Amino acid sequence: MSSPTRWEIFWRTVMGRAYPRVVGMQRERSWLFFDTVLPLLQVSAFVFIYRAIQAPPEFTGFVVLGGAMTAYWLNVLWSMASQFYWEKETGNLELYIIAPTSLMAILLGMAIGGMVATTVRALAVITLGLLIFRVEVSIVNVPQLLGVFLLTLLALYGLGMLFSSLFLLYGRQAQHLSNLLQEPVFLVSGFYFPVRALGFIAALGASVIPITLGLDAMRQLLFPTMMAQFRFVDVRIELGALAVLSIGFLWLAKRALSYMEDLSRREGRLTIRGQ
Amino acid sequence: MSTELAMKTEQLSRVYKAKKRKARGGEREIIALDRVDLEIPTGELFGLLGPNGAGKTTLIKILTTLLAPTGGRAWVAGVDVAQNPREVRRHINMVSGGESSGYGLLTVEENLWMFTQFYGIDGETARRRIRELLEIVGLADRAKTKIFHLSTGMRQKMNFVRGFLTNPEILFLDEPTLGLDVQTSHTLRGFIKDWVGKRADKTVLLTTHYMYEAEELCDRVAIIHDGHILACDTPGNLKKHLQRGVVFRLRVTAIANPERLFQHLRGVQRFSHVEVNGYTELDFILEDENALPPILTAIQDSHGELISLEKRDPTLEDVFISMVGRGLGEGGGSAGTTEGAPR
Repeated sequence: MSSPTRWEIFWRTVMGRAYPRVVGMQRERSWLFFDTVLPLLQVSAFVFIYRAIQAPPEFTGFVVLGGAMTAYWLNVLWSMASQFYWEKETGNLELYIIAPTSLMAILLGMAIGGMVATTVRALAVITLGLLIFRVEVSIVNVPQLLGVFLLTLLALYGLGMLFSSLFLLYGRQAQHLSNLLQEPVFLVSGFYFPVRALGFIAALGASVIPITLGLDAMRQLLFPTMMAQFRFVDVRIELGALAVLSIGFLWLAKRALSYMEDLSRREGRLTIRGQ
Repeated sequence: MSTELAMKTEQLSRVYKAKKRKARGGEREIIALDRVDLEIPTGELFGLLGPNGAGKTTLIKILTTLLAPTGGRAWVAGVDVAQNPREVRRHINMVSGGESSGYGLLTVEENLWMFTQFYGIDGETARRRIRELLEIVGLADRAKTKIFHLSTGMRQKMNFVRGFLTNPEILFLDEPTLGLDVQTSHTLRGFIKDWVGKRADKTVLLTTHYMYEAEELCDRVAIIHDGHILACDTPGNLKKHLQRGVVFRLRVTAIANPERLFQHLRGVQRFSHVEVNGYTELDFILEDENALPPILTAIQDSHGELISLEKRDPTLEDVFISMVGRGLGEGGGSAGTTEGAPR
């Protein structure tokens, strides 16, 4: 039997590592409650606040969309950024490293598996949210909407891969960092309100988190009338910026992964457990 | 490096830097491996014996590319581990004792399939090998079981299968039967022996806490202590070093402070003791049989009662004790050494 090529190993690794995430979702049905009902409760709180102050109905749509996108941010933080910590604790990380594959392929597999699994959750939240709160959307441009959505995911999971690489060296601190990033990003990325409300400069700063631009662009494409007065920048600019972020984060993730793996091997921290 | 050698190390060293306590600041150095020279030919089942902290795992981590050496060089399958770790990885695999790898929600065969993908093995070949190997280790009926339902022994069998699935040229087994029951350990030892025995191009580096395991399996054994290789030879040749001495095992009623009792007796090269069910078991390596009567007198003087006395051939454990100064047995025991004892 001939030896597999590097590409063959790479793509088989991606599929292999994506598999547990996709299959795991079907086998652990508790997500139906935890990842659908609980986010909807949070969404409900904001919906009722907006209704109480008699905000336009589109604001309910902003919140439902933001609520659905929280699933991705949580997935990136807890199942990408700090994932290598868990893999280290279970002993999987050392098996990944001694295999003739690349850690980049492992990360990509985790990302693809995470995206697929989380999309099911996000769709569930958005469908239920739209039905329960009777949100009306008017899609302006379907290809653009799909493009924004896919580029947002690409850039977001690219960021997750970068975090994961940077956190390779760390143990429990990776978890603390994830904790630290969770709530502030809900705020600065405008998960429950148009990000423009923070002011242009603050929104510009928050745009380093791809979900900021993604949410704004998707809101513009789903609720064009209301977003005309709240939009951050033009959708085409946001699309371009998301493309740049995607490429940038993936490139940085690859460089960081290589550097951190080398550093961890030198410092002997690659497989130390219980840090 | 000769291609006949599966592994070679030259003056291989690893120093860890640990931070000192706040008051003093700075760093202190811990030498885990100190200029280790080893040559392991292809086709050999090589054992590495040493107490906890001796440097076994550090050596394995370097050879499996998980850790960079701080000095010297190492080659695996003819490839420098520091210069080209990725190429080394094409030739190796590893199984560790007490491993909890894999994902609990996946079944045994799904987990194994996933790991084969990291080696680029096509689906059909992977499934065939999984079936065959699960059959061999007696886990075929659990192929569809999610791994969080497996017992420790079953899980370790699965780990074994994972290690062999990729058909590596060089396999690292780091205390692979740790904590397993007798039957499972026996099955796995048989499997290892068979795998290397039938394939001349396969090499295994085994670390173990169980002397009988090393004695039963290994073509050659290296004894490692404090980062140094103290001896490296076949189990038979290592035991010959002790042929001049005689080995006794005494079981006595519990006695206090055996170190003080026996340490300075003439003719005692080494001894170790362990408490077993309220008795003290004493293992002596003596220069000759004339050293025995003073031992018996010392036991009597300390109000101990002799339960049994056995003269036996030296084992690998005795060799180990004579070199390291203590046994490998976990917990309970300690050892003493007389002045001028061989090291």
